Amino acid sequence: MDTIAFYLFAILAVTGGIFLVAFRNPVSSALAMVLSFVGLAGLFIGLNAYFVGIVQILVYAGAIMVLFIFIIMLLDLNDEKPVKFKSSTILAGVVIPLLLVAQVLGVIQSNNTGDAGEFVKIDASTMAESAKAYPEDSAIYKSLAHEKTPKLPDTNLIGHSIFNSYNFPLQIMGALLLVATIGVVVLSKRSAKRAPTES
Amino acid sequence: MDITLFIAAAIKIGVFIGITMTFVSICVIFERRFSAIIQDRVGPNRTMVPLSILGFKKDFALPIGGLTQPVADGLKFILKEDFTPSYVRTVFFWLAPVLVVVPALLTMAVVPFGSPMEFGDTVIPMAVADLNVGPLFIFAIASLSVYGITLAGWASNSKYPFFGGVRACAQMISYEIALGLSIIPVLMFFGTLNLGHIVEYQVANGWLLLPFWGEGLSLQRWLLLIPLGISFVIFTTSIFAETNRMPFDLPECETELVGGYHTEYSSMKFALFFMGEYAAMVVGSALIVTLFFGGWSIGFGIDGLLPTGAWWVSLLHIGCFLTKVTVFILFFILVRWTIPRFRYDQLMNLGWIVFFEAALINVFIAALVVALPSIGFMGFVIGFIILLIASVLLIMIAKGATKKPSATAV
Repeated sequence: MDTIAFYLFAILAVTGGIFLVAFRNPVSSALAMVLSFVGLAGLFIGLNAYFVGIVQILVYAGAIMVLFIFIIMLLDLNDEKPVKFKSSTILAGVVIPLLLVAQVLGVIQSNNTGDAGEFVKIDASTMAESAKAYPEDSAIYKSLAHEKTPKLPDTNLIGHSIFNSYNFPLQIMGALLLVATIGVVVLSKRSAKRAPTES
Repeated sequence: MDITLFIAAAIKIGVFIGITMTFVSICVIFERRFSAIIQDRVGPNRTMVPLSILGFKKDFALPIGGLTQPVADGLKFILKEDFTPSYVRTVFFWLAPVLVVVPALLTMAVVPFGSPMEFGDTVIPMAVADLNVGPLFIFAIASLSVYGITLAGWASNSKYPFFGGVRACAQMISYEIALGLSIIPVLMFFGTLNLGHIVEYQVANGWLLLPFWGEGLSLQRWLLLIPLGISFVIFTTSIFAETNRMPFDLPECETELVGGYHTEYSSMKFALFFMGEYAAMVVGSALIVTLFFGGWSIGFGIDGLLPTGAWWVSLLHIGCFLTKVTVFILFFILVRWTIPRFRYDQLMNLGWIVFFEAALINVFIAALVVALPSIGFMGFVIGFIILLIASVLLIMIAKGATKKPSATAV
């Protein structure tokens, strides 16, 4: 069952990716990208990472791609015309995916030589085992060590590690986003002010 | 045991989609009858079974006051000519209505309809998928329905539908932010994203907005009503905007845009847009009820007296949930026929300047009240003063943003 779902969503993601490149119409391409994101979200959910999967849809498919489509429609972009590629671009397009493939192969190879032992299957006993690392009145403990229906509290676990282990990087990322937002506002305001003087 | 759960899931999918679709069709008749009451008309009250086309002498009127109207409406939509204009982008034109309906129905999957049923050892939750990310799932899937409306406008390849589609796109993105932010105080209070657990907490400790029973009734709980009340107002209004309902139905505003994004659609494809809107309304009502009004709980401590897990208790709870949802649907209809439509810039200002800022400040108010036991009274006062100053600054910036350039020149 899990395997079928994996292949289904994997095919969905890959098809979306292929269509994204193959379609000439920008809106079709954007929608193909949405399809790819949905497939990717399905893969995350298959890995028990519900939060990541849902956020993938919420942020990428639901917000960013909607903005993309909005802009494409507002600018009224026409179909992409076939472009003559330079030989250097083609070379880069061949070499970079090859490097990626090499890396993926390398990872698979190293796993076959014994690293795979690191992976722990998520079931009731392993969850009860890992629950001992958390205080008994915490939501994570209650969810992991539930007698009847133990569940992986992935949202709580992400929150726990973000705010305990990665608090400082989180703050930096927040500041980075704020800077980007302010930058956008400054840039758009400046062009609005200059526009009347030019005309 | 796995088989039991599997069969139960299949039955639940069928039954809950059936319930939602029934509600959608009932919504139509409710809308027409209720608007008639508001406008002092009679409304459609005598739809009959047309026996006369079968050769009988008289049509047969069922004694249910026009409740057969949805059937007649549906038949009309199916039997009408399905016309596709020659200038549309065909694939997207056909895809768009589907993309409106499917997300609206999918979101129903995580809503708990009733208390869990027990068959022997197996506990069957009365939600299709008892996810740990319930509200996020609903937001994520609902945010996909914007594609349907936008594509409908774009694929129609004519002026007014396109305006409607672009308006819908901008409006739904804007109000998603307010929607997401407004719910944060609620989630902070519950400390869980599982809608089933949220309802169970409310069964024991009072509905979120009516904390009249259960343990843990304290000054802090009553203080929390302030941020939670603000949350409720912002959330409900944003749901109106997300479902493109009346005060915010600018994408299909007929005085400006003919029919908006569905101008070029006819017959069943048009009906699918209608179904999508009503299904989104049903889901929105269900979400409001689940988060703020105790979901399936009967309330006032009655749930504690009933045996847990019995099938009739589950059915009773489902009935209670559907009653509450009906009340909210009637509220949606009441608002539609009471409040006039906003102007588009007013809509955007309300979303970006009023609701966004109010929801943001509200998150901090809620955080302050939730943290009250751990920071003590003095900490609370200091935090409150800081929050007050920050809020005043934020409101001043927001006011500066809305000021028109011409106003400063005069």
